[in-house]
Formats: sequence, structure tokens, C-alpha cells
Amino acid sequence: MNPLEMTAFEIRREIIEKQFSAKEVITTFLERIYEKEPLIGGFLTLCREEALARAERIDKKISRNEQVGSLAGVPIAIKDNICTDGIRTTCASKMLHDFIPPYDATAVKKLKEADGIIIGKTNMDEFAAAVVSAGMAPIALDSDAGGSMRQPASFCDVVSLKPTYGLVSRFGLIALSSSMDRIGPVAGNIKDCVITLEAMQGEDRLDSTSVRHSIKEDYMSTIENGIKGMRIAVPDGETAFSLKSCIEKFKEMGASVEDISFPMTEEALSAYYIISSAEAASNLGRFDGIKYGYRAEDFRSVDELIERSRSEGFGEEIKKKIILGTLVLSSKYYDAYYNKAQKLRRKIKEQFLRVFEDYDLVLSPVSPVLSDIYTASIHLTGVPALSMPWIESRIIGPHYGEGKIFKAAYALEQELKEGNKNEL
Amino acid sequence: MSFETVIGLEIHAELDTKSKLFCSCPTEFGANPNENTCPICLGIPGTLPALNAKAVTLVVKAGLILNCEINKESHMDRKNYFYPDLPKAYQITQYYTPVCKGGYVDIEAAGVSRRIRLNRIHMEEDAGKLIHLEADGVSLIDYNRAGIPLIEIVTEPDLRSPEEAVAFLIALKSMLEYGEISDCRMEQGSLRCDANISLRKKGQNALNTRVELKNLNSFKELKKALEYEEKRQKKLYTLKEEDKIVQETRRWEAVKEETIPMRSKEDADDYRYFPDPDLGPIIINDTLIREIKKNLPEMPVIRKKRFRELYGLKNKDIDIIVGYKALSEYYEALVSCGAEPKVGAKWILGSILKLLNEKGLKAEQIPIPPEELGKLIEIIEEGKISITAGQEVFSEMFRTGKDAENIIKEKGLSQISNRLELERIINSVLSNNPQSLSDYAAGKKQAAVFLMGQIMKASKGRANPQLANEILDERLKKGLL
Repeated sequence: MNPLEMTAFEIRREIIEKQFSAKEVITTFLERIYEKEPLIGGFLTLCREEALARAERIDKKISRNEQVGSLAGVPIAIKDNICTDGIRTTCASKMLHDFIPPYDATAVKKLKEADGIIIGKTNMDEFAAAVVSAGMAPIALDSDAGGSMRQPASFCDVVSLKPTYGLVSRFGLIALSSSMDRIGPVAGNIKDCVITLEAMQGEDRLDSTSVRHSIKEDYMSTIENGIKGMRIAVPDGETAFSLKSCIEKFKEMGASVEDISFPMTEEALSAYYIISSAEAASNLGRFDGIKYGYRAEDFRSVDELIERSRSEGFGEEIKKKIILGTLVLSSKYYDAYYNKAQKLRRKIKEQFLRVFEDYDLVLSPVSPVLSDIYTASIHLTGVPALSMPWIESRIIGPHYGEGKIFKAAYALEQELKEGNKNEL
Repeated sequence: MSFETVIGLEIHAELDTKSKLFCSCPTEFGANPNENTCPICLGIPGTLPALNAKAVTLVVKAGLILNCEINKESHMDRKNYFYPDLPKAYQITQYYTPVCKGGYVDIEAAGVSRRIRLNRIHMEEDAGKLIHLEADGVSLIDYNRAGIPLIEIVTEPDLRSPEEAVAFLIALKSMLEYGEISDCRMEQGSLRCDANISLRKKGQNALNTRVELKNLNSFKELKKALEYEEKRQKKLYTLKEEDKIVQETRRWEAVKEETIPMRSKEDADDYRYFPDPDLGPIIINDTLIREIKKNLPEMPVIRKKRFRELYGLKNKDIDIIVGYKALSEYYEALVSCGAEPKVGAKWILGSILKLLNEKGLKAEQIPIPPEELGKLIEIIEEGKISITAGQEVFSEMFRTGKDAENIIKEKGLSQISNRLELERIINSVLSNNPQSLSDYAAGKKQAAVFLMGQIMKASKGRANPQLANEILDERLKKGLL
């Protein structure tokens, strides 16, 4: 019995059935991390002691036949821009090199309540996916902080969900682009993705943008229902080979798949860059070297303290974002850029959502040219999207359409597994 | 040439909520530095604001009291600038859509009634406070105030004199107090006022360059600063040096009694306002407005009218009593305990205000419960103790919180109206003052006044003055002993 070869779902089951202890699981994964880390460089901080202590507590609960949570004993890696109480959270930046949050992000808190075990903090931006891919943790929390346009998961052979904006509380996620930042699960398979999302989703009074929709949906009970009768749209001109085989599978399983002319505009990219930069410029203002984080050593005034700390503490990309964001918000350019971008955003959202009046899901490629526009549109509209490793594609759903996405993705996952077996 | 002064005010009032605008930290004044803070109001990375619903209710209430139009949907915006007292490097305020627009306050200054229009009322959070330790060369930051809910009330440039500005602020303050929107303590900074002032030729419609005045911490300072600035600008116009009047912020220096430039318009930050993506729209529906309207307290104008009609008090007295909400409530409680309205008013305007001023207390801090003062007044009215003794009892009640009857008993202050007892005291006074007796016999009638004084002294002020006077008179007329 090797937990390294199991899904999170199975690990929990075996711990409860006392096939092995939570402590054994953590030890095994830590060994794996020590072995692989020199190659991957995925972790910024490891939580060895805390993880072992928590594992012991969970083992004790199990020995006393107490109820345990849905992630009992499962090691979880957390991206380093998500706050963890008492554990260094650096955003992989010099600016926050010594920042120790005094609180847990709501998502982290909920995972802990589900008896998940935080094993370490991952580097930015693609490393949450990398550590899962390298088997250093079965599950990770990622946040595409509106910054990276890449789709790390699809390159790393893992499943990654960007949930509907507002479904998972942002409280404790160090903000970059507030209206687009989302925390989502990364896992080796669909069901692990589901249990992680189920554990951390839902209303949070500490995040006003999470309150709008207070569902606590159970995706797992319907995930095996299949996709018969589902209407799936594929944007015109998307002829990637992987997509084609995927379309065939969907059809075989009883879904209807149609080509549609998808409302895509290159301006989505501009709107995305303008809004995300504006929000980032404002959000990053608090890193002034006064209360926490990096402080320049040499200064003669408060202004100089702030200027130097920011000049020395931020990296080049962030500085560019701040400069752009400051410009588009300045009173002279506000209407020409920020305001226009917001109008465009509303328009894109309308068009996007109209597609979902006629279709349950949209299937789109991850890598080709149009990919960036899709990604920007997903950011701007806040709809959920799941990246899948096997088909280099992405399933996009309507707001709060995670249930449909999971059904389709799971069906595909099972089908491809079968297929692989047959081929073997 | 005759000039007209044009003044507009911007008033910040701290909302009377228990917790801050975006977190659950307490708002109470006087805590140790940084005691009332949490990760949210300190702007610790990852934290988010969640709007205090009570604050929204209070802004709407302020809007209804001040005759504003309530925006059914408004938003919070970010005002971005760097300053060490601003934890997030932006203040959450309302720039594009405030909760309230328009509105007015009716005022009376120098016998003239005027309607002063408001431009808007919006809601925002306060910043922290910097404390500079010059000697140590360091600055400390106290974030207790960071995130305290404020409203900013902005008037149109409708005020025409420093007197009107003061009258407006007094009227506004009392309305906010009556509405329980803010406790309006200027000395604690829970009510702050900035003023914009410009001059123009009488009859001219366009506005000239205005100057913004800051650091006006009391009615007196507001008036003085405006008068100073009015004079300064008038002089520059008269000397044809009006180009020296520039759009700038000037700080009132109370000690030097002058305004000095703080920053010019060119130095002003570009605040890069934009809607805060962390907070959704503030929706105010008719049900909430109806609910608030239904529970609006009596406003000062109405209370004044009622006091005039019900208690027959003079306008001057009403203005003082109704001017402080707590005082007017104390007064009504006193009257309902049975005090005759005019007698009650006399006590409030006299003894109570005197002692409050002496001790530096607020009207809500009167240490004597109204029913206790009512009892004292009754005792005096019944002639059980003299008015002088009554004053002494009152001071003692104020100081110790004991009730009147106990103090009278302890101090033996009850009035002596027993004839035999009085005669005994008078006999002894007369036998001790033979000289006065011979003076009286010699026709010096004022000797009687001296003797009366001695009787009061000997009785420790307890002698019933009327009866004592009667006995003394008899004795003197009877040919003395």
C-alpha cells in the first residue's frame, strides 16, 4: 500500500480503515519531497513539524473512532500567496520575504476543518501544479492571481479548476487583481478536485464578493451521472487534434456537440490587462515598508522610505503592472482606459453568458493562439473553467456550473482511462 | 467696493457605531495605542473589508434628517495615496456615487433665516494618527482610528459670513446629535470641519478662487479662521493683488491666530479613484428607508417649538436647553418628576450649567438623577430648607452622588421654623451684641440688618428667615429686652 500511488480520496479511506496512519502518509510524502525537491524546487516553505503534529491528532481521532473530515490525513500544498497562520507567506517576493500572517485564509481554514494537512507552501506561479505532478502532494491550492496568462496545469499533467468567481472566499489570498483573483484546487484526478472544492467553497462573511451565492453543492453524488443530453459548444475554427478526439468521445457518450461562432474579441486582452493592472497597482500600495515586509535600509524621509522599499522590494514585472495600473486610473486617462475597459468587460460578460443560454458547456483548447483571449475572457467574466491534462483542453461552464463541468470531465476521464487500458 | 463672502463647509462626523466600518474592532475613544486594531483594519495582506450595515443605516438616517435624496444604489470607491497613517495605501470612501445627494439645513444668523443647501453626504473610513516624537527623532503610528466610520457632509457655497458658518455648524451638530448619528465631540475629533472661502464683488455670480482652511477644531476657531481669511483676501483684492490668492489649503494656527499655506493645488495628489472591487453595490430599498423614517427622533426645531408651547419658556432659554440633546432630555425628565417648568429651567440654566462648566463635564454626564434633583426642588419649595442651604445640598449631591434627604440630615441643614428654638438663638445673638442694640436705639436702622446676619450665622443658615425677621423686629420694637 503506497499512498504515493493513491488519490486523495483513497488516502483518506485507507487512513480511516487503518491500512496506514496519517503520520505514515505525511512521512512518506515528506520523503518524496526531500527526494524530488532538488529537481523541482517547488516549495518555499515546508511545514514538517506542524504537518506531523496534525497527523498525530487525526490518528488519535481515528483511534477513538471519532468522525473525521473529508480530507482527513491528506497532504495539501498551498501556493505561497495564500495566507497560513504562523507560516511564512512570501508570494515568492523579496517584498514579503519575512511575512508571517497572523491568520489563516478562509480556504485554508476550511481545509484544516476537513482535517486536511498543510504540508508546505509552493513557489509561484506554476509550482502548485508542479508539486502535484511530481507526486509531492496529492492536492494543492492554486490561485491564478490574474497575473499569469499561462495554464500551468495543462503542462503538468494535473487537473486544475478555476471555480466561479465568488464560490471560494478570497479572504487570505494576497490580492493582486481583486475582481479576478480566485483560489482553486489542483489535483491528479477529477474526484480529488471535487472533494477539495467541496471542502472550501461557500459563503464567507469576511469576503463580500463571496456572499452573493451561498451554495453548498454536493458535486460528488451526481458526478457519475454521465453527460447524456448535455449540449456542448465548440468554438469555430478550433481544430486542434486533441479537441477532435475529445469531441468524438463526448458524442459517443450521448452529448450533442456543436460548432458555434464564439463571441471572442482581442479587446478582451486589453480590458484584462487594464483592469488587472489597475487593481494590482492599488492592491500593492500597502507594501510600503512600514508595517511588514521589506524595508529599505537607507532613507532620510518617509517618502524616501516608501520609494526605496518599493523600488528594491518589487520585481520588474510587478513594477510594470503598477506603472500601467497607475496610468489607467489617473484622472486624465480614467475614462479612456479604465472606464472603457469596464464597459467592455460588461459587454463580454453579456455575450459570454448568452452562449450558456443555449449550451451547458464550452470546450476550448488550452494552447493555440486564441488561448490567451479565452483566458482573459474567463478572468473577466468569472465563469468556472477546468483544465485537463489528457486532452490539452479546457471545459468552461456558466457561473456556478461546476457540477456540469465535473460530470463532463469525469466521464471523459473514465473513458480515456478505459481507452488507455484497451490500448495497452 | 463692497465684497461678498462665499463659504462652503466640509464636515466629517464619526458615526456612532460600536464597531469599525469594515471589521469588528471597537470604536471607543481613549484605548491604548493600536489596541483597537485587527489584521483587517491594519490592511494586513490578504484581508478584505466587509461593510458594517449599521453604518449604512446611520448614513441613510443622516440623509433623511438633512432632507437629502437617498441613492438606491451606491458604491464604495478607493482613494489611492501613500501616507504612513493609511494602512492599505488607499482610503475606502465614496467618490462616484455617495449614499445621499442634495439636502439642506435651515439656519438663523443675526436674525436672518436662510436655507443652506447640501451637495452630498458620503460614507468613508478614517485613517490612523501619527505621533511625532521630535526629541527622539521618530514617529509613531496609532491605527486605532483606522477604519472608524465617518460621514462627510459637503455644503454648497451658500454661506455668506463666518457667523452663518458657525450657525450652520451648530445647527448641523445638534441635528446629528438628536439623530444619534454621531456624538459630535469636537475635542475628541468625532466632529471635524474644513472650510472653503472666497470673496467676490457684490452682485457677481461667478465664484472666485477659493482657499481651503483646515484645523478648525471648535466653533470659535472656525469663526476666527474665517474672519482672518476674509480679511486677508479682502486686503489682497483691495490692493489689487488678487493674483496672490491661489487655490490652496491653509492651516489655521490657533496660537498665532493666522492661516498659513499647507499645500497648493499643484501639489495635490491624483487619487486615482475607482470602485472598490472588494465591495459590492450598497442597495438601499424602500423598506429600509420607511423603517428608518418611522423611527426618526424629534429634531431640535420641533422640540424648541414644543418647549415654547408646553412649558412657556423664553426663546433664549430654549435655545440653550434644546441646544444640547442630553440637557433637553434631562429637563423633560425633571419636569415629569413634578418640578414646575420654569423653576426646573432655572436650575438647569443656573446651577447645573455652572457646575458642568466648572468640572468640564458634558450634559450627558450630570451626576444627579433628575428624580433626585426633583426631590431637592420639592424640599426647597416646601420651605423645609432655605434656598442657600438648597444650593449647598445641590453642590454636595453633584460631588458625592448622595441624595438630598441624607445630605440635609447629615449636615443638619433643615430649616428652623420652631418659634421657641429661634427665640433662643435670637436671645443669645442680642445678648452678644449690645453695641448693635444701642446703635438701633440711637436710630441706626441698619443695625437690624447686621443682627439678622448674625442670627443666620449662629443658626448656620438654617433659621427660617421670615420668622426670624419677625421675632427680631418684635424684640427691637418692644424696647429690646
